Amino acid sequence: MPRGLSPPGLLFAALGLVALALPFATLRANRIVAGEGVFLWDAAGPGVVAVALAAMIAGLALGLQAARPWWRLGGSLLGLAGLVLVLSRGAGRLLEGAGDLARVSPAAGFWCLLLVLMMLMADALSTLRPGPRLRLVLLAAVLGALALVLTSGALSELSIMQEYRARAEGFRRAAIRHVALAFGSLGAAAAIGFPLGILCHRRARLRGAAIPVLSFLQTIPSLAMFGIMIPVLAWVAATVPGAAEIGIAGIGFAPAFLALLLYSLLPVVANTVAGLNATPPAAVEAARGMGMTDRQRLWGIELPLALPVMLAGLRIVLVQNIGLAVIAGLIGGGGFGTFVFQGLNQTASDLILLGALPTVVLALVSAIVMDILVDFARRTPKRESA
Amino acid sequence: MIEIDSITKVYGGTTVVDAVSMTIETGTITVIVGTSGSGKTTLLRMINRLVEPTSGSVRINGEATSDIAPHLLRRRIGYAIQGHGLFPHHSVGRNIAAVPRLLGWPKDKIAARVDELLALFGMEPGAFRDRFPAELSGGQQQRVGVARALASRPDLLLMDEPFGALDPIIRARAQADLREIHQKLGSTIVLVTHDMEEAIRLADRVGVMDGGKLVQHGPPEEIVARPANGFVAEMVGDAERPMRLLSLIPVRGLVEDGAAPGEPLRDDASLRDALSECLWTGRDAVPVTRDGAVIGRVTLNAIRTRVGRHA
Repeated sequence: MPRGLSPPGLLFAALGLVALALPFATLRANRIVAGEGVFLWDAAGPGVVAVALAAMIAGLALGLQAARPWWRLGGSLLGLAGLVLVLSRGAGRLLEGAGDLARVSPAAGFWCLLLVLMMLMADALSTLRPGPRLRLVLLAAVLGALALVLTSGALSELSIMQEYRARAEGFRRAAIRHVALAFGSLGAAAAIGFPLGILCHRRARLRGAAIPVLSFLQTIPSLAMFGIMIPVLAWVAATVPGAAEIGIAGIGFAPAFLALLLYSLLPVVANTVAGLNATPPAAVEAARGMGMTDRQRLWGIELPLALPVMLAGLRIVLVQNIGLAVIAGLIGGGGFGTFVFQGLNQTASDLILLGALPTVVLALVSAIVMDILVDFARRTPKRESA
Repeated sequence: MIEIDSITKVYGGTTVVDAVSMTIETGTITVIVGTSGSGKTTLLRMINRLVEPTSGSVRINGEATSDIAPHLLRRRIGYAIQGHGLFPHHSVGRNIAAVPRLLGWPKDKIAARVDELLALFGMEPGAFRDRFPAELSGGQQQRVGVARALASRPDLLLMDEPFGALDPIIRARAQADLREIHQKLGSTIVLVTHDMEEAIRLADRVGVMDGGKLVQHGPPEEIVARPANGFVAEMVGDAERPMRLLSLIPVRGLVEDGAAPGEPLRDDASLRDALSECLWTGRDAVPVTRDGAVIGRVTLNAIRTRVGRHA
């Protein structure tokens, strides 16, 4: 292999070239029938295609530079710009004369190119190892660019955006509900799980009882868990006075929230125990020996030292809950899952995407932000000598 | 003065410390030596009530430790342990400040004390105050651990194998530092070790523990010269005994008039140093100096006579 070429870069370039030859978009007579594939060179005007193709090939070529991670990062951004350019210019052109109900959606070629360019970006970033502050800036820049593309109307001719326009108000409500489910259950899991984890750390008997129960909860399939909540909470609403008044019912927000909470407890409790167990025994002994009270030791020594591991537990829970909250759509809990299940019923794949894509973006952004927080919590040097 | 009065600890039917009584004079270094499982660490931890005694009592300057809340008692007693136990997420300065902060000292007084201690242990305050423990060498970490134990000027300092994790050269330096700091501060120190060499080097009084019992308690010369039983003799080491004894006696006691060739020794060197010098350079006598001036010599014969009394 020639010197200076990045092996992953070569792979991405090869995959990208193959993806260029796949159908780039799908044109359909209406939103539910099967469509026909449109290749990249037919997807937009020749000028636009030439510019975009040049940008993507140049981007993949920049990705080959093993020693220049910044060039590789720039290459991935250049390629993405080309990708968005074809999509935004192409959709309107394809729809011309295709009928009022016709729809254009991205197809395999687009998604493969998107995936390859994102992997190139991730690979470049993993070589660059940016600090938490720089990562935050990069994340904000990417999100800003995404928001700009979406609000500019450049993509408004796409089928998924048409699905969105038909449900803008519902989308807003679903987004709020999805975030409320995922973050609300996260907050509740933290409020219950951290104290429970601290108690489990101190009392071996409680740990022996609690961890197996929580592990068992984790093994219940998610569809079954949401299903089980329906009769349980319906019974609670019917028998416990006042329960129905505060919104507890067999379907809707409450059972979805409870199911997510139950899934969240194991990672939070287990990571709290693991984090506390990993505090250096000599430091804990010294804290006791110098006359710290149990509370001073917990807040001053044990919790700060366990914090990165505890936050890692919250990260697992958050990403898991954002994904699982989709199932809430099945039991009337709202959230992006509503669109996924509606789309499945109507065989409208773009409606499914309207639910799935925001979920993926939300999970991805949350994971990155939590990683940044964990890094901030690890401010002290990691190297520990005896 | 610390009075330990027939203190006993029983764990589930096993007696770990068995009716140990000892009196520790103010301002002395007492070293408790024993093998692992001898109960020496448990004895130490009963002084600051990290372990509650099953029976018996400890009095510090006449006050029973059982009358003081454990965490308040511990704030009055310095505590240094093997592997230093520094808080990895706190800077060196904040580690040293731990006990004064618990005691609610004003900020400026704490800051001044931290700098004073760093200087005392030969660490430039400006350079070390804001570093984190992981950025220090093993010897520096250990010194910060002892500095932290001394921060609130405790009358009593408990040390549990404080030099156990150090390599031999750093350990010898740390032991010398401890003696020097003890001479400056005059605090009472109780130190636990499994190393008889360390005990003899540091102690005013050595307590030897075996199977939970204090089998001998006395000045190091006595432990070396007249071991109370076979176990103590074994701890001292038969073959090592003459050298251990010589290491405890300064040459100044054996100086006689007369001249000797070659490099001189200072009068605070030990007879062990003098013997070693004689053997290495093939001399029968070494000149001895005090404050740079030769005051006489010490001879191989005198050393032999001094040790040979134990036949």
